[in-house]
Amino acid sequence: MDFALTEEQQELKSAARAWLSERYPLDRDWDGPQDDRWAELAELGWLGVSVSEEEGGVGLGFVEEALILEEMGYALYPGPYLATVGFALAALGPEDRAAVAAGTTRWSVEVNGLTPWLGSVDMVVDMEGLAQPARGEELVTVDPSRPLGRLEHTNGTPLPGPRHIARARTAMAAEAVGVAQRVLELGVEHASTRTQFGKPIGVYQAVSHQLTDTYCDVELARSLVYWAAWCVAEDDEQAPVAAAAAKAFAAEAAVAACERSIQVHGGTGFTWEHPLHRFYKRALWLEGVGSRPDELRLEIADELLGVTVPV
Amino acid sequence: MDLRDTPEEAAFRAELRTWLDDNLPEERRGRRGGEQRFGDEFGRDWSRKLHEAGYAGLTWPKEYGGAGAPYSFQAIFYEETTRAQAPSHVGVIGLGMAGPTIMTHGTEEQKQAHLSKILSAEEIWCQGFSEPDAGSDLAAARTRMERRGDVYVVNGQKVWSSFAHIADWCILIGLSDPDAPRYKGLSYMIVDMRSPGVEVRPLRQITGEAEFNEIFFTDVEVPAENLLAEEGQGWQVAMTTLLHERGTLGFALTAALEVGVDRLIAVARERANGDAVARDRVAQEWIELQALRYTNYRSLGTYQRTGIPGPEGSAIKLRWSEQNQRMTKLGRELLGEEGILDDGWWHYQQLRSRGNTIEAGTSEVLRNIVAERVLGLPKGR
Repeated sequence: MDFALTEEQQELKSAARAWLSERYPLDRDWDGPQDDRWAELAELGWLGVSVSEEEGGVGLGFVEEALILEEMGYALYPGPYLATVGFALAALGPEDRAAVAAGTTRWSVEVNGLTPWLGSVDMVVDMEGLAQPARGEELVTVDPSRPLGRLEHTNGTPLPGPRHIARARTAMAAEAVGVAQRVLELGVEHASTRTQFGKPIGVYQAVSHQLTDTYCDVELARSLVYWAAWCVAEDDEQAPVAAAAAKAFAAEAAVAACERSIQVHGGTGFTWEHPLHRFYKRALWLEGVGSRPDELRLEIADELLGVTVPV
Repeated sequence: MDLRDTPEEAAFRAELRTWLDDNLPEERRGRRGGEQRFGDEFGRDWSRKLHEAGYAGLTWPKEYGGAGAPYSFQAIFYEETTRAQAPSHVGVIGLGMAGPTIMTHGTEEQKQAHLSKILSAEEIWCQGFSEPDAGSDLAAARTRMERRGDVYVVNGQKVWSSFAHIADWCILIGLSDPDAPRYKGLSYMIVDMRSPGVEVRPLRQITGEAEFNEIFFTDVEVPAENLLAEEGQGWQVAMTTLLHERGTLGFALTAALEVGVDRLIAVARERANGDAVARDRVAQEWIELQALRYTNYRSLGTYQRTGIPGPEGSAIKLRWSEQNQRMTKLGRELLGEEGILDDGWWHYQQLRSRGNTIEAGTSEVLRNIVAERVLGLPKGR
């Protein structure tokens, strides 16, 4: 029983933090087009983390991918890594996997009739689990880096793997943890430096205890995400409930973390200029795509209590 | 990262399960806690049995009678004994607080005199920290320790002291130098509870039982060699005690919560059919239980490597206490009128849970600890 990250996992996480913070700083041009640097991701091996070495990947697993996703949430990475690696990869056969690892194909998955990043991916796994060329009308969302599109369905091509819902939910939960961690740090920084009534506002418990509650939420959410990621990686039978738990808890934690951090920042936190609203919108996107937290909890309740029967 | 038991851990778990099946009488399982933890001889007998089987002081060094096992074994012990609804060792203060403090700051004589007796429950310990005017602000302790020749003369009052009415020894913090700056005038000593001048009065709590006590010290003479560390170093010694209080405690707390959540699920199967609101709340409690469980596992990794519990222990206790209050309230609510019957498990647990956010660090103090020591926010004091 050892649930700490291994040294290699910690190194991968630090490397992701360093690479992402260099290329996606907080003072970037948020409103212009953002480069997803896909070729660089392929070169780093991050597109093929769980793809076998024979297929041109790294031969690690989903836990490592979850760590990268956490860091992508932390940095607000704009590209369709979540869709390609988090959502679609498990459905693909060997050739498609190799193409993902090599960085030549971006994928997404149709979720409740809408397809994230439809305009910037090449292929889509549709609701039936069929491969479709990515064509259709795109809709802007609360997070402009993450549009949703209405896929134009063709006959489609069957795929060998499943629409792996537990994997997708865990991937979103991992991003949510990164978002929550980042806004916590921004809140702590502000509360430590902003002075009112002659003191940094972080000495006031009405401020500091909000951040403490976020810290507790982040730690608990991270534990659920790593548990779910381990279950997915090991094909453990608890993977579906663990993933539902992780997504329900982490998405709500991220939204609440952003709301507290905006409050702690005062008027500054409400401005367009400050990056906090970008994190808030990412958190809302993560909460809104796929099942809602209360739907996920009712799924879990069915598992724990048995499905409701008419009396 | 691997959540499965190692072969050694699996063997230990299996052996412990068998031992519990063989040794724990059925009628002693699932008692509701409270007074029965103290009043009855079974507690000491059970503790001695645990010791004889090698389960007391699992992580203590072998030279002091422990098993020298890794912290994961302690975690497994909490998981299995709680699932079997076994009573705990009565010496929790000795095992979790006094023992580790004596190991760190005690003399060789003190270690030899007390450590093995703590394990065997020959000595029950209590804690003399809080005072009527020094609760969360421990450094405000005013119990006087006055040096006179070979002894310290102790006068003062302690409060909220669990086990004091059956304790043989007490870890006591008090003021040895009233003129010293804050923190520097405090000393820490071990006191024989049978010394003349020690008086214990049980305090009745909202459940109707008396789990804790007031202790009055009137001209109690304590040999000077009973000091831990030097005179004036009481604050540092007390910090060791409080650090160890949170060690693997998270596992014990979470395991107890799991028993409650399992009961909650059983109640909800009967009472929450078709009630989406109740089902949502039950699922939320289950989710947070898993979150606490895997946070324990993550912090265990750090503890194994450093031997020092990480500050996330404060977060675990904080969230556990709030969850236990929510969970017991929900169980009681789901049972309707049955939930308020006076001999009911849920009604008792809900009342008892109100102490959870106060004992062993109030939630307010724990939030301050997290804010200052974990998040690095500026100190308010």
